[in-house]
Amino acid sequence: MSVLFWLPLAVVLSSMVPGLAIFLLREDQVVARTALNLLGALTKLALIAAMVFGVYRGQIYETRFPLMPGFDLVLHASALPMLFVVLSAVLWLITTIYAIGYLERSPGRSRFFGFFSVCVSATTGIALSGNLFTFVLFYELLTLATYPLVVHRGTREALRAGKIYLAYTLTGGTALMVAVVWMHTVVGPFDFTEGGALAAHYEDHHQALIILFWVMVASLGVKAALVPLHGWLPVAMVAPAPVSALLHAVAVVKAGAYGIVRLVYDVYGITFVRELGLGTGLAIWASITILYASLRALSQDKLKRMLAYSTVSQVAYIILGVGLGGPLASVGGIVHLVHQGVMKITLFFCAGNLAETLGVHRISQTRGVARRMPWTMAAFTIGALGMIGVPPLAGFISKWTLGTGAMASGSPWALAVLAASSALNAAYFLPVVFRAYFQEPLRPWPREGDAGRLETHLSLLVPPVITALLVIAMGLWASSTASPLSWVELIVTRIYPDPESGIGGL
Amino acid sequence: MRGLPLISASIWVPLLGALFVSLWPRRYAARCGIGASIASAAAALLLVVAVALSGPRRERLGGWGAPAGIELWIDGFSALMIAMTAVVGGVVSVYALAYFRAKDSSGDPQRQEVEGRREAYFWRIWLLVWAAINGVFASADLFNLYVTLEVVGLGAVSLVALAGGRALPAAMRYLFVTLSGSLLYLLGVVLIYSEVGTLALFQAGESLIAGTLAQAALVVMVVGLALKTALFPLHFWLPPAHADAPAAVSALLSALVIKVTFYILVRLWVVVFPASVSQPVGEALMLLGLIAVIWGSWRALRQQRLKMLVAYSTVAQVGYLFLVFGLGPRADGSAGWQAGAYFAISHACAKGAMFLAAGAIARAVGHDQIEEMRGVGARLALPFFAFGLGGISLMGLPPSGGYVSKWLFITSAAATGDVIVVIAVALGGLLAAAYVFRVLALAFERAPREGAPSLRPIPATLGWSALVLGAVAVALGLAAGAPLALLEVGLPFGQSLAEGVTP
Repeated sequence: MSVLFWLPLAVVLSSMVPGLAIFLLREDQVVARTALNLLGALTKLALIAAMVFGVYRGQIYETRFPLMPGFDLVLHASALPMLFVVLSAVLWLITTIYAIGYLERSPGRSRFFGFFSVCVSATTGIALSGNLFTFVLFYELLTLATYPLVVHRGTREALRAGKIYLAYTLTGGTALMVAVVWMHTVVGPFDFTEGGALAAHYEDHHQALIILFWVMVASLGVKAALVPLHGWLPVAMVAPAPVSALLHAVAVVKAGAYGIVRLVYDVYGITFVRELGLGTGLAIWASITILYASLRALSQDKLKRMLAYSTVSQVAYIILGVGLGGPLASVGGIVHLVHQGVMKITLFFCAGNLAETLGVHRISQTRGVARRMPWTMAAFTIGALGMIGVPPLAGFISKWTLGTGAMASGSPWALAVLAASSALNAAYFLPVVFRAYFQEPLRPWPREGDAGRLETHLSLLVPPVITALLVIAMGLWASSTASPLSWVELIVTRIYPDPESGIGGL
Repeated sequence: MRGLPLISASIWVPLLGALFVSLWPRRYAARCGIGASIASAAAALLLVVAVALSGPRRERLGGWGAPAGIELWIDGFSALMIAMTAVVGGVVSVYALAYFRAKDSSGDPQRQEVEGRREAYFWRIWLLVWAAINGVFASADLFNLYVTLEVVGLGAVSLVALAGGRALPAAMRYLFVTLSGSLLYLLGVVLIYSEVGTLALFQAGESLIAGTLAQAALVVMVVGLALKTALFPLHFWLPPAHADAPAAVSALLSALVIKVTFYILVRLWVVVFPASVSQPVGEALMLLGLIAVIWGSWRALRQQRLKMLVAYSTVAQVGYLFLVFGLGPRADGSAGWQAGAYFAISHACAKGAMFLAAGAIARAVGHDQIEEMRGVGARLALPFFAFGLGGISLMGLPPSGGYVSKWLFITSAAATGDVIVVIAVALGGLLAAAYVFRVLALAFERAPREGAPSLRPIPATLGWSALVLGAVAVALGLAAGAPLALLEVGLPFGQSLAEGVTP
């Protein structure tokens, strides 16, 4: 029972404990609440930093204790989990700062930040889970913790969105649980293993494992918003902007995508998936999602709805990379987990700023908004260009790697999907940028000039600027050892066991 | 600890408590009552710890052994049930202290007199019921089971009647049901006795042979006990009785009293009746259980009153309990039985929390019409949170005891290929989510501009005790190892759980 044993659990609890404490605070205890929030976020970051360093040097951190006979609660920090943990911890800190500014003086803040912290703990738990049992546990906890955030405003529309959200996610969660239990009765208890845990059972339970694979992908696909299971995501847009930001960048949507990643790499194993021929189906499903959602994004006028459809499309890139198989495509898919998160959170912060400061909710209202909010629109533009895949931004790195990966794994059709999607991305993002910079505003912006020198509240402005800088940095310094790309290459060399399929030539 | 009469202490302590409360002047009833409750819970938990540490226990009252005297006997299953009674009973007692005390604020002396008498009766009867419940769990004898069962039933009826008003017809109906149920059970006991000439549980099980008589005995006992457990379609009496009783009583009835008859049924199944006799009946019970899960959840969804919703949810959850009679004998190892036992204790905590929370909410709002509660959530966060914690277990979402038992249910159903059971269990969870979130949505809905309901102040104890039970229901999902290990003590179901899970 050394420190190494407790470290993963401490990471999960570092946001859970402050969250539970925040529930007990009164509405007006702003200082205490903010302190708890930041203390939790910073503690988590510090713990994670220590772990990242260890994992890089080959250290494995694992918390394991029995929950039921045959089933352990396992929190396991290896390379892939750390990627997701770092993403969620960094973005949580930034989003917390944003949310403190965003929700200033609105009711129910203790409840909001309480559930917000529980939500991040659940995401961390998902990231670190070392077997399917633990994964399902945190996956469902995430559903429960996000519902209060979605309905936070308490309006009829919010409650309706909450109902739809639950109907989708709880059904998906139930199907996932049944599939997981069924899988355990077929093959017995097992842990996630780099390279696949099921390979040994491949001959005996061929048929059952194929069916279970698709049931699990479909139930994870509800949260990952694979078409046609994406219906809840555009509706859930009524949530406050920080919630949407977190939902789209790290928490819910990513939990689904991450689940599929682990299912393919750590449960079935890439070789097994290839032998069963499951990868192509996955890639095709992802491609349909990419194209369909991009087309739907084109016709949206509400900014946040457009961003939601864009999320549906962009998250499917991850699935595409996983489905295509081959080390390069895997790198492209997994690294997009990070890149999409940072880019999308920037866009949502900006959308929130426009709505909060100027009451701009629709794309048609954004004419000339760049003059009133230059920093916000600059950040938005960087995020949008990143999404389109303009070099040298983060999105370009993902798309480039995915493209070369598609060629390497012999699926040139995927290139066409990528190209079409990039064109569509440009078609729905660039008009916003164009309107904001090059069109005259219809009428003078409200409160112009009276907010001091800043265009909006400081804690609303800093987060999108930081994340926008990250988008640039992750693209420019993609080849440095501290970049997400290098870390993902480390992951992939561990996933692909045989040396000849190494990822040389990057 | 081996020599200490811990089993009889777990029965004597609440019984003496009831006596004390009755003898002392009425104004001390609450103080005596809570003291006796704490002592009873402590005695029970001591017994449970002793069983967990040193295995099954047996006591012969007055030194007389099995055929002639009264023998008390505890294994892991009964210990778990006694622990459940102690935890739920202890928390509900704390709740009741505030619940009955807070009512007499009107200053009307006649009303105060009624309230005071009601409070005193509550403590007397509840402690008596507690003793009888522990008696059921400790009995190793068919006739003692009957006697203690009858005391539990009559006590429960009187507790319902405490509410007065519209609870009286419900209590009357409950009285008829519980008496008929016990009589049918007694008929079964007589039939078994005429066949094997003994009332001792294990000896009867050894000498009872499959045949028409055994079949008849099983059927009348099953009908009687299923009636008392409110299995669909014999559930008609439960919703009004549980919903109209005082909130503390509703919690006790839903959490504990229906588990008593379930416990007896499980014992009959595993110990007394040969498999060839019980197999077809078990299949039928499982089928009824499946219908109950769907029907009860559906009815819960349609209710207008909060406590009625919770009561119908009990009808649904009882359905899960009865799945074990089909799954338990069939599955390898004891996963099916374990699922049922674990479900029983999780439901006790979860439903207890929900009834206590519903009572607190209704007390604050002044009624329990769901539609008229819009916008009260922000000011009643604590009870709503407790309701939600209980709800997590009811929906079978992690982390909660309900999740663990649902996992075990699906494991044993999947192992035997019962796809219908798997689907019904999954669907039941989703329906539960529908009615639980129907209530929880109220907590998040913004108060209307005008006409926000005015709230009466309620003691914080009401919310907190509900929260404690809800937290226990959640904790059962995080620390399932200890209760499940306790359930293995003495191997009440013949096999270990591990034999079923690890292929």
